[in-house]
Amino acid sequence: MLLKTHFRGTDYDTYCDAYCYTGGKAFDPTLPTAVFIHGGQNDHSVWILQTRYFAHHGFGVLAVDLPGHGRSQGPALATIEELSDWLNSLLDAAGVTKAILVGHSMGSLIALETAGRAASSARIAGIALVGTAYPMKVADALLDAANNAQQSAIDMVNIWSHSTISPKPSAPGPGFYVQGASQRLMQRIARQSESKPTVFYTDFAACNSYANGEQASQAVTCPTLFLLGQRDVMTPAKAAAGLITAIKHAKVVQVEASGHALMAEQPDAVLDHLFKFATAALRSPSAVAAAIKGD
Amino acid sequence: MSGPHYPGFDTLSLHAGSVPDPATGARATPIYLTSAFVFKDSDHAASLFNMERAGHVYSRISNPTNAVLEERIAALEGGVAGIAVASGQAAMHLGLATIAGAGSHIVASRALYGGSHNLLSYTMKRFGIETTFVDPSDLDAWRAAIRPNTKVLFGETLGNPGLDVLDIPRIAALAHEHYLPLMVDATFTTPYLLRPFDHGADLVFHSATKFLCGHGTAVGGLLVDGGTFDWQQAYEKTGRFSELCEPYEGFHGMVFSEESTVAPFSLRARREGLRDFGAVMSPHNAFAILQGIETLALRMEKHVANTRKVVEFLAAHAAVESVAYPELPSHPGHALSKTLLPKGCGAVFSFNLKGDRAAGRRMVESLKIFSHLANVGDAKSLVIHPASTTHFRVPSEQLAASGITEGALRLSIGLENVEDLIEDLAHGLKMSQRAERKEK
Repeated sequence: MLLKTHFRGTDYDTYCDAYCYTGGKAFDPTLPTAVFIHGGQNDHSVWILQTRYFAHHGFGVLAVDLPGHGRSQGPALATIEELSDWLNSLLDAAGVTKAILVGHSMGSLIALETAGRAASSARIAGIALVGTAYPMKVADALLDAANNAQQSAIDMVNIWSHSTISPKPSAPGPGFYVQGASQRLMQRIARQSESKPTVFYTDFAACNSYANGEQASQAVTCPTLFLLGQRDVMTPAKAAAGLITAIKHAKVVQVEASGHALMAEQPDAVLDHLFKFATAALRSPSAVAAAIKGD
Repeated sequence: MSGPHYPGFDTLSLHAGSVPDPATGARATPIYLTSAFVFKDSDHAASLFNMERAGHVYSRISNPTNAVLEERIAALEGGVAGIAVASGQAAMHLGLATIAGAGSHIVASRALYGGSHNLLSYTMKRFGIETTFVDPSDLDAWRAAIRPNTKVLFGETLGNPGLDVLDIPRIAALAHEHYLPLMVDATFTTPYLLRPFDHGADLVFHSATKFLCGHGTAVGGLLVDGGTFDWQQAYEKTGRFSELCEPYEGFHGMVFSEESTVAPFSLRARREGLRDFGAVMSPHNAFAILQGIETLALRMEKHVANTRKVVEFLAAHAAVESVAYPELPSHPGHALSKTLLPKGCGAVFSFNLKGDRAAGRRMVESLKIFSHLANVGDAKSLVIHPASTTHFRVPSEQLAASGITEGALRLSIGLENVEDLIEDLAHGLKMSQRAERKEK
């Protein structure tokens, strides 16, 4: 599905088409909405083993391609704040009144910022922060490679993001080589942005420079779930400690046998935790508490 | 070693796709001989059928033993997915039938295995898919053969039987210029000698029966998706590949290119091709091929080392007219092989005896170590007479164009002591020439 979204940044103020995968079903804004936000140098397809299930189990699904990624037009946006503005514009365009936001890595910062701003609004009913950290610092060498030696940056991120070369049952299904697919996806995004600054660099710089995490997390009132990979070396579980402390009502789950690419390495565990959380969050906060107690 | 790095080829050969069995702790990959897999509940069943979750349903679609093999070959090739099927022929058919249908057209190298030639020339044609064959070394011929309804360019990494070296980088660039994928049969080279995706190919298949299995014990095929080709872009530019980029009624209206940015081809090949054509590999065979792959690097090194010595011997022998091996300066693919095949040009090649067809027959029949049979890539050395067997449907002039006469013999060099192989060949050559003189 394509939606006309508003971009505003230092050098631009325009409208562009944004692509959202809707889980294999037409999007229905009257349903509770689950919005999935991918991380740097990725697109909607990283959520395939979570989104399709949501769409066939009572949710409207919007798995976005962020601006400049995959099928979405426009420049990659330079800051988490701009991305949050854009996401709100997308929710407006889709007619979403109540949604949970599920973000991975850079996407988790966008979800956090959006929820922090929406504290007084009922639109954001919950956020799930998958593979998150704050601050989300990126090493200078990786930032440099993301702009000047993309394949090298792809290799670093791909190797660091996976805890095994053989996750089972594999994603999107048996017979797929997860690390190979991850590499090709990042290469595909790189091919779309050969001019500098690259999308890769822009994404990582946005993560690196985001400084509003403390304020946003203190403002978050909606139900919050942290899903952290036990073997994540990109955003180690301990790097989310500040956020977890700030969002006192948050539920924290460490996913076993998973690195940073949780959705591909442990697709069922991620789906089950997200679905339980989303189902509860979109009913009421008290239902979340009950769901957590039931764990 | 500093900095992060991917596992090396030998490590992947042993570990990719495999984990100790979660139920038993078995370190070797178990042979899951089961037709179907129990669902946890009705919702789980429905979500597996609708591809909302990943998992096994029925062994025609996927099986845990086969999945290890599929993921391993994908890792070794540098691709995104593998699909194990009943034979190399089934892999080729699955690759083509996933994107081509009645009214489609294929451009193929004319230097192909006889079985591939049959499939394209006769059988696919019967289903409305036409093929234009071209000289693999003539880039203009490839270009001229492309039509609006062309769906794929196809060749063998080392053409059968003359070992034409496919210029993958240039043909891939031409294909991509026209928003077309390049598919290659990499049976003779295996990922140990050549990884076609590194040079621009988009789809690879193997007769895994050959060097991947390596012991002449199992028939199987592997289709590998490089994840390199942008099917959606090609669809938007040319209207081709609606199979991957428009809703497929046969699978819940799924648009494969939306489900996966990099592997829509593999999704459709499995969800339609395995489901409907049903050319599934037995888990027994998957196990045998996995065992072979574990030692692929070691075996290919020795296959190539032995082959080089045999080629050297034959090239210098008075009874041999010519040897078609790209490492020889006389081979038309010599220069290209240095770039694409620095580790060697495989272990299958043909040579022309001095004398006629009868001389070849006498030599075959006098060999003691070489087995006379229709296969290649065994640990044991093999010999065959292509003109009367594998290539008997290929016209003489086409054979000649590949540098192969009717008296040519094809050897597949095994892992025996090379001195024994050379002695056997020396005896065969002597017998062929002695008999030749007698008949005169």
